[in-house]
Amino acid sequence: MVGIKKSRWLPVVVVGTILLFFYLPILILMIFSFNDSRSLTVWAGFSTQWYTQLFRSRDMMEAVMTSVSVALISTLISTFVGTLAAIGLSKSRKVVKEVVLQVNSLPILNPEIVTAIGFMLLFSAFTIQRGYTTMLLAHIAFSIPYVILSILPKLRLLDPNLAEAALDLGATPWQALIKVIVPQILPGIVSGALIAFTMSFDDFVISYFVTGNGVKNISILVYTMSRRINPTINALSTILVAIITIALVLINVLPMMKKKEKVSYE
Amino acid sequence: MRKLIQFKNIVKDFDGTLVLKGINLDIYENEFVTLLGPSGCGKTTLLRILGGFLEQTQGEVMFDQIEISKVPPYKREINTVFQRYALFPHMDVFDNIAFGLRIKKQSEEIIKQKVTKMLKLVGLEGYDHRAVTLLSGGQQQRVAIARALVNEPMVLLLDEPLGALDLKLRKEMQLELKKIQKEVGITFIYVTHDQEEALTMSDKIVVLNEGEIQQIGTPTDIYNEPENRFVADFIGESNILEGIMIDDYRVYFDDKEFECVDYGFNDNEEVDIVIRPEDLDIVPLDMGKLTGTVVSSLFKGVHYEIVVKTQDRHMIIHTTDDATVDQEVGLHFFPEDIHVMSKLGAY
Repeated sequence: MVGIKKSRWLPVVVVGTILLFFYLPILILMIFSFNDSRSLTVWAGFSTQWYTQLFRSRDMMEAVMTSVSVALISTLISTFVGTLAAIGLSKSRKVVKEVVLQVNSLPILNPEIVTAIGFMLLFSAFTIQRGYTTMLLAHIAFSIPYVILSILPKLRLLDPNLAEAALDLGATPWQALIKVIVPQILPGIVSGALIAFTMSFDDFVISYFVTGNGVKNISILVYTMSRRINPTINALSTILVAIITIALVLINVLPMMKKKEKVSYE
Repeated sequence: MRKLIQFKNIVKDFDGTLVLKGINLDIYENEFVTLLGPSGCGKTTLLRILGGFLEQTQGEVMFDQIEISKVPPYKREINTVFQRYALFPHMDVFDNIAFGLRIKKQSEEIIKQKVTKMLKLVGLEGYDHRAVTLLSGGQQQRVAIARALVNEPMVLLLDEPLGALDLKLRKEMQLELKKIQKEVGITFIYVTHDQEEALTMSDKIVVLNEGEIQQIGTPTDIYNEPENRFVADFIGESNILEGIMIDDYRVYFDDKEFECVDYGFNDNEEVDIVIRPEDLDIVPLDMGKLTGTVVSSLFKGVHYEIVVKTQDRHMIIHTTDDATVDQEVGLHFFPEDIHVMSKLGAY
């Protein structure tokens, strides 16, 4: 029973190991983005040459542009469609709602590769030229279910009389939606949009199957490079990690600062 | 007074259940009308039809001589105070009240004036920029009333607005609502299941049960002259007996014949009879019109509630004098205390 005895060091060691496993690979990746040689394992001194190469490489910059623009546009459209769909569903008859929700969660549970092949077959069946547009369409389609799922719980908590109160006070249905319903479910919409963005930005499997015409996003580019990989990938990854870290810090720190401001104001 | 609202033979069918079975009702300008009935009687359904949130299956709703069934809620000159207030949680008190005026694109200057006036009317001066989620139930109630009234509607609908408040606050708000109604001088249509609330505030009470109007009248009419067994039972406590109307002014029940003030029934018609507990008096055995044994006596504050077992039934008596249990007593009442009702139209 010695192991059960309260130890000061055990929790530190366990958590430390876990954090190490999470962050060591990323740390090594970042360090080697500044390596002066092509090697990914042997340190040869500090340089920023891979960053220069990254910004010079047309392939890389195009892939970044594709990833970012597909993620932004698909997030915008899927959030808009998903929000309206969720609001519609919350007002639907129970049978309709349950059937649609089952259908909605199918693509989420489905292995991605099945969805990917499905999209590919669909596009080739209708002889649609695969490329940027097909990738965008696929991303919109697979993001919508996540948006719906993140908004519905917020709608369930909504007082059903709120929309009626807005109509009662003279608001048209559209005004009631914009001025009353959307502000109430905004946290759900924001988290839905964030999920949609991440899903799109991350995606490899579906993108790989629905793209064509040389259109590549970051994941596809990295995959095709993996045989002759070079530290520009490290440089790109480092920039992404930096952006995400800054975003996370802002998301967490800004509300705290706002709260403090409010408290001191009162 | 001008007829403002007319319900003409309103029928509402929810998936095969008839919730309203042909409602005919006129509501005048400036009236405080209460729709009173047990839950499920259709009172809220009728209110929602008037507000525009439901459409009737059959019948017409006339507002100021115009049929409004197809007019959407946002175009009706009617505002509603909802059961759970339905204040907009993301806006403060001022913005909640200003909502309707901003939709109508009035200037911020006028909005400020009107909202300030409303806050004064409902006694919430200085609460402009409080968050509505931090207000007490009574204060939220007042904001909801102000938010509706600031639009200067011709009719204000109130759907059991005091249901969530405690007894003391409810009594205060009853008086206040009546005061506000007199001050703004518009029609209030109030839905409740609380008979005391209805008697306190209304000019006119409409008693509903199972989708049908049971009686329309002033609070005194409804209390003193209930038209049938349901109304008598629902409004206040009553002793309801069955009897036979022998002739005008003569009624027979519990093996005895009594003098009464009712007339116009068929000879030997079977009728329901109401005697209010406060109209019965306990007297010495030989002076009673009916006799019985005291079963129980409960102290209720203002009066004692005494139950006396007579030959045929238990009678409830409200009196300020106590009686001993098991004592043999007489019950006395005057001819005008007997209220005879036709069985027709009873439930």
